Amino acid sequence: MFHKIMVPVDLAHLEVIEPSLQAVADLARHYDAEVCYVGVTSNAPSSVARTPQEYAQKLDAFAQERSKVHGQPVSTKTINSPDVIADLDDLLIKAIDDVGADLVVMPTHPPKHVDVIMPSHGGKVASHTKASVFLVRPSANKSS
Amino acid sequence: MANDPQDENPKEPTTGSEGIPAPQGAANLIDTDYVIGQDNITASPLGIDVDLHGKVFIFSSIVILLFVILTLALQDQMEPIFNSMFSFLTTNLGWFFLLGANVFVILALVLIFTPMGKVRIGGADATPDFGYLGWFSMLFAAGMGIGLMFYGVSEPLGHYGTAMGGITMGEDGLRTDWAPLGAAAGDQAGAIDLSMAATIFHWGFHPWGAYAIVGLSLAIFAFNKGLPLTMRSIFYPILGERIWGWPGHVIDILAVFATLFGLTTSLGIGATQAAGGLEYLFGIPASDTTLVFLILGITLVALGSIMLGVDKGVQRLSQINMVLAALLLLFVILVGPTLMIATGVVDNLVGYVTHLPALSMPFGREDANFSQGWTAFYWAWWIAWSPFVGMFIARVSRGRTVREFLISVLLVPTLASVVWMTAFGTTAIDQVVNNGITEVQDAALELQLFTMLEYLPLSAITSFVGITLVIVFFITSSDSGSLVIDSITAGGKVDAPKPQRIFWALIEGALAIALLLGGGLAALQTAALTTGLPFTLVLLVGCYAIVKGLMSEPKAK
Repeated sequence: MFHKIMVPVDLAHLEVIEPSLQAVADLARHYDAEVCYVGVTSNAPSSVARTPQEYAQKLDAFAQERSKVHGQPVSTKTINSPDVIADLDDLLIKAIDDVGADLVVMPTHPPKHVDVIMPSHGGKVASHTKASVFLVRPSANKSS
Repeated sequence: MANDPQDENPKEPTTGSEGIPAPQGAANLIDTDYVIGQDNITASPLGIDVDLHGKVFIFSSIVILLFVILTLALQDQMEPIFNSMFSFLTTNLGWFFLLGANVFVILALVLIFTPMGKVRIGGADATPDFGYLGWFSMLFAAGMGIGLMFYGVSEPLGHYGTAMGGITMGEDGLRTDWAPLGAAAGDQAGAIDLSMAATIFHWGFHPWGAYAIVGLSLAIFAFNKGLPLTMRSIFYPILGERIWGWPGHVIDILAVFATLFGLTTSLGIGATQAAGGLEYLFGIPASDTTLVFLILGITLVALGSIMLGVDKGVQRLSQINMVLAALLLLFVILVGPTLMIATGVVDNLVGYVTHLPALSMPFGREDANFSQGWTAFYWAWWIAWSPFVGMFIARVSRGRTVREFLISVLLVPTLASVVWMTAFGTTAIDQVVNNGITEVQDAALELQLFTMLEYLPLSAITSFVGITLVIVFFITSSDSGSLVIDSITAGGKVDAPKPQRIFWALIEGALAIALLLGGGLAALQTAALTTGLPFTLVLLVGCYAIVKGLMSEPKAK
């Protein structure tokens, strides 16, 4: 049903995406799909990497690591932006088409009041793409 | 973009320190164990994420609060203290500002012609993040847009008046006039020449030289050397790893102080001036209510702009302003004394270059009122603003070569200032000299632009465009300033959570309103100006850092 799963990854906050990674592994195996890990990084040095190239390298290493867990083929895509915080949603939405993904799996926080001013990334992505989007709440991990 | 750096640049030496791949193409990363954000505090109070440099954020907040409370509570005591501090600086250390500014300009000009000009910001193969128009609009809007609106008419007129008045001596044998250099008593052509040269001098190479030094040193040390995008990074060649400790904290706290108070006070004072314009044009009373609504409006739009980010927010607003400013300029050139302006551009450029050595001479000046009261004041002002403008310029300049950067940050804006000042200054002087209209000269400083426009056709439309420009320039200062303060207080992170930049924009607006209603705007602005002194030193270090940093960089092909 799904051929390519796109997984947005924040290397600075891996603990946040932890719950969704298990879901990704299960889905990838079930549908025999390729997993594409996508990272968006600032052009300026960040806490994860001092250059965008270092970020790409780390993302690649991360993908290879995940491949050992689920055994499905992996790929990565690093996107640079001068203002990650503001451009994130648009860059991810564009990346879905660029990598040709038919399913996006990403973690999201439970709805909160601040969402009115600053919508969640997952919600924004889901409402702007034709691909299927699977948003994983933090609590999903606790019960599993 | 490809995911494997090895595929991208197969022949480049792609590793920097400790196996970290270099930025795009060859570059020379600094070998440090410091991880950006390692001193940061991360938390989620009330479900809002924050990620801040503990010491810089806390101490700059304390210093800011302290200054605001002191100024509000002890207005009558604080204002004279700040004023005498600042006048001490310009009177006794005016030469230092003038000398420093000359160093910045000379270094920036020289670098254009050296092989170091070929180094590319972000690595030899980096590509620019922004197109020319967007990039240049942002440089200009952050750098001086607002000032050109206010001083384009008033400064040439002011200097013209004092130059015509000639030299007057006090009883103590010191000059009491404010004319530049040796004045031009009764010599109309000479006075026009001198006043335009003096105005362009204050808006030309020197301010942009200061911005260029901060911008270039930060850009090189962030994008090529891999250090965080914050003021302390340019001290690396001198202080080494010590920049991560208190010396670095102090530099950053000072930068936050200068930027926040510079922005807040100009927001407050600017709102007063914009309200003055609204009252003059539309009869809207410039009451406290109008002022508060103006600041609220500016803050709200600035908030929207920073939520949209640099690309879709700041860049777009800057472009809109650039187009509006160009239209207004074109209009003034066409309906004003076109021929006089056209020949004036060439004459003023020649006059500027001719008078430049005498005007920028730090020692042995006879025109102390002018060189200290005008020039040193301006230099302190530009230098105090340079951390803000320079950091913002650095952030948007990745992918440009050093030569391209300096031409665009130094030469092009200077040329733009020449054209702008000539168009507005010449038109105003022409009204006074050739048409005997004295209203412009007599009007309050902030109204001189509108008074001048009134004597040109379609003044209702052009004045409205003028007010809009003033307000939008404030918005672009406010949003780019919030981004800069956020990045400094987050330890150089440009990807800190969004609520933080919102917080700073709100603080700017709130402080501006508090100071406006409680008094003390001018006092705090003076306090911000005194940071011009330490930052002159910081910029001199920046000069050293640029040369040192560029020497170790591979040149772009």
